[in-house]
Amino acid sequence: MMLRADVLVVGAGPAGLAAALAASEAGGSVIVIDDNPISGGQIWRSGLSQQHDVRARRLHEKLSLAANVRILQGARIIGMLDAHLLQIETSDSTSSIYFDRLILATGARERLLPFPGWTLPGVTGAGGLQALVKGGYPIAGKRVVVAGSGPLLLATAASLRSRGAKIVLIAEQTSMRRVMRFASALRHWPGKLIQAMQLRVQSLPSRYLPSSFVLEARGKDCLQQVSLRTSKGLKLVDCDFLACGYGLLPNLELARMLGCQTVGEAVSVDRFQRSSITHIFCAGEITGIAGVDSALIQGRIAGLAATERLTDAEVLFNERDRWHSFASLLAQAFSLRPELARLCREDTIVCRCEDVCYGELMQYDNWRGAKLQTRCGMGACQGRICGTATQHLFGWTTESSRPPLSPARIESLIATKAASSLAD
Amino acid sequence: MPEMLRVIVNGKPVLVQAGTTVIAALGEGAWVTRRSVRGTERGPLCGMGICQECRVCIDGVMHRLACQTACHEGMHIETVKATP
Amino acid sequence: MTLIADMLVIGAGIVGAACADALAQAGLRVIVIEKSEVGGGATAAGMGHLVVMNDSPAELALTRYSLHLWREFTAQMPLLHEYSNCGTLWIAADDDEYQAAQAKASNLQNAGIRCEMLDEQALYDSEPHLRAGLRGALLVNGDALVYPPKSARLLLESAQRLGAVVLSGEVRSLCKNGVRLGNGDVVSAGHVVVANGLAAKQLLPELPLRAKKGHLAITDRYPGMVRHQLVELAYIKNAHARCGDSISFNVQPRPTGQLLIGSSRQFDIADNKIDHGMMSNMLSRAVEYLPGLQKLNVLRCWTGLRAATPDGLPLIGEHPFLPRVSLAVGHEGLGITTSLATAQILRAQILGKASPLPLDIYSPSRFSLNEAAYA
Repeated sequence: MMLRADVLVVGAGPAGLAAALAASEAGGSVIVIDDNPISGGQIWRSGLSQQHDVRARRLHEKLSLAANVRILQGARIIGMLDAHLLQIETSDSTSSIYFDRLILATGARERLLPFPGWTLPGVTGAGGLQALVKGGYPIAGKRVVVAGSGPLLLATAASLRSRGAKIVLIAEQTSMRRVMRFASALRHWPGKLIQAMQLRVQSLPSRYLPSSFVLEARGKDCLQQVSLRTSKGLKLVDCDFLACGYGLLPNLELARMLGCQTVGEAVSVDRFQRSSITHIFCAGEITGIAGVDSALIQGRIAGLAATERLTDAEVLFNERDRWHSFASLLAQAFSLRPELARLCREDTIVCRCEDVCYGELMQYDNWRGAKLQTRCGMGACQGRICGTATQHLFGWTTESSRPPLSPARIESLIATKAASSLAD
Repeated sequence: MPEMLRVIVNGKPVLVQAGTTVIAALGEGAWVTRRSVRGTERGPLCGMGICQECRVCIDGVMHRLACQTACHEGMHIETVKATP
Repeated sequence: MTLIADMLVIGAGIVGAACADALAQAGLRVIVIEKSEVGGGATAAGMGHLVVMNDSPAELALTRYSLHLWREFTAQMPLLHEYSNCGTLWIAADDDEYQAAQAKASNLQNAGIRCEMLDEQALYDSEPHLRAGLRGALLVNGDALVYPPKSARLLLESAQRLGAVVLSGEVRSLCKNGVRLGNGDVVSAGHVVVANGLAAKQLLPELPLRAKKGHLAITDRYPGMVRHQLVELAYIKNAHARCGDSISFNVQPRPTGQLLIGSSRQFDIADNKIDHGMMSNMLSRAVEYLPGLQKLNVLRCWTGLRAATPDGLPLIGEHPFLPRVSLAVGHEGLGITTSLATAQILRAQILGKASPLPLDIYSPSRFSLNEAAYA
């Protein structure tokens, strides 16, 4: 099947939805594709209409009324067939989408670092557990240790607690001094969610332990206990879940595959959210981790700019630019301590898809050599988890993604030929 | 009253609310999805379709991501626990 | 910097590594120069299929001998090579192909190679996922597979234990007493072995090598779906074609349970971009033989460039007019299989010792190379 849109938006989180709405106001056709079962991205994962945040509900309302917007959930991109043609796959079909302008809003994922026992069932990311619980996982009565770094830990703990989880403790690797400095700096950025963040940080739960990090997860067939290093020494904690994540990283695979220029861990965009490729715009966390407020306004600017309403977009620049330094504040406050790169033992798994341990990888001095010999990065996740891990552990840089962008059925790849010839 | 669905997890019928993801349908205390290359049991890690640890067999098709798939009425779900 | 050695091997792919090891075993001081990763070029791109091919007596002799060497080499530590004695099933779709398979069987049996014909029943007993309506197959029991980058590394490490030195660098040109690297360094050696595949043409433009691009795809793990390497008989014709694009059914079950799917051939395209049309055709062909493949997930697609000679046999031996330069290139789709035999033949030729196989058949002098092209 071949679909057509004036503007194609990838990602139905805050940035993507804001971009779609803005673009739709110009009257042309808009398609949004997203790989989750419902819209909302990570922060609004349990459904737009369920959110406290009125912006989510408003977006939901307006987009439902916009006849020229079509949202395709459960759709993953296989690859690009041409500069204006990409191929997607759902659970039961494959389609190609022809577009004039492309807006990438692929969001962020957590930085998941290896430590002994991290592969035990029951060990997840912090946002990871939140996502699983928002998808309906029954967490009531379960003992959870939340660990890692960043304001996401507090949001996760609050979210889990509201669903009945017992938060045993929250281990933040950064120091109390830095956390407090971060909290007090938040006053420069007004906004409901920022206020909420500030409130949470200022009234930290009693079980919040800064300068602490997980050393090991233990258990027979699943997680039973976590050992942590704290400022007061070693701590052993019994629990059912360990929700551990060390900050957020942009999902850059698609942008890189398309050839968009990146600087460090972010796509470079101009003031109109335009990437180095003229018909591709980027918005939200992929331009730098800066949270939902930034994502919403970047999305709107991208949607306006993609539909040539540049003057309308310019009006929003000041508000958007206020968030630039928020991103660096976040990065600085929660920068990772060096001990986190030294937690692995020789038998600690680093590549989870192919079961490659730290000891095997240590012998190599670059990603490509290690990958060829150990098969690290050749499994189903194609290096998304272990690439980040080895970058943190060894400083290796990974290669650009090859198609398919995510695992794709053979029948879909066969359909590629017909799909690309349709374009000609 | 939320809409309920009936799915079959490793041969056993389970009632879940509409909108529940497959991983959540595995049930309380049971969230082993697959076996690793060296045979150890694994469960979900990232919760958002990236780590591929939550691969299960859904309606006869292997390697589908449980964290990103919503249950539908009559769905057959098999994890590594289906063939111990 | 000037380094000195007896032998300088250009390229640490499977062929270069095998040559380095063979030469080091003869007590020579060997330097290997590799511009990227050991086994990272065509060696990493291929299937690692160890297969006896009998389209010509020369090819049969080379592959048979080489497989014998592989069995010895992997015997002690098969797991390190990810060696699997999967055998090859040459599939016959109809009576004509079945007859062709029978002729092939006779030929192989006469050469002492263990194989047997499978009729329809036996074929489906062996491989239940093949589509209905096939006539049978030829099973070559001794064929196998390895994971080539590991084997290349093991060969190189063996050479290093005997004193061989591996240098990181790119050879820009051959010079009077050795080679000149990209950074200007000269590495001197009594003898140079050119074993860097297609890239040899940049050093020696007169070599009759053409790129033959191939596409591959690997699936997620589906253990037990396929047990042998499955190849259609038309593969043979396609491998020897002198022009045109071609695809053949060729599926390998990796020990991991993943399925490695090939094969395709395109002439003279030197880029590594994936051609969606070729990939699509290749996968369609695979699905024709294995309908169950349709719903399987592919994790990765890639391409590789084979180096092909006009007669389909590699160039092994002394350069026709450059003194103290030997070649070990042009292996087309049989680089992994014939690497070990190549090394033995090359060593014999260089040292003037008795060669396990007749030298003239693989000698580069069998082609009249244009001396002027070099100057």
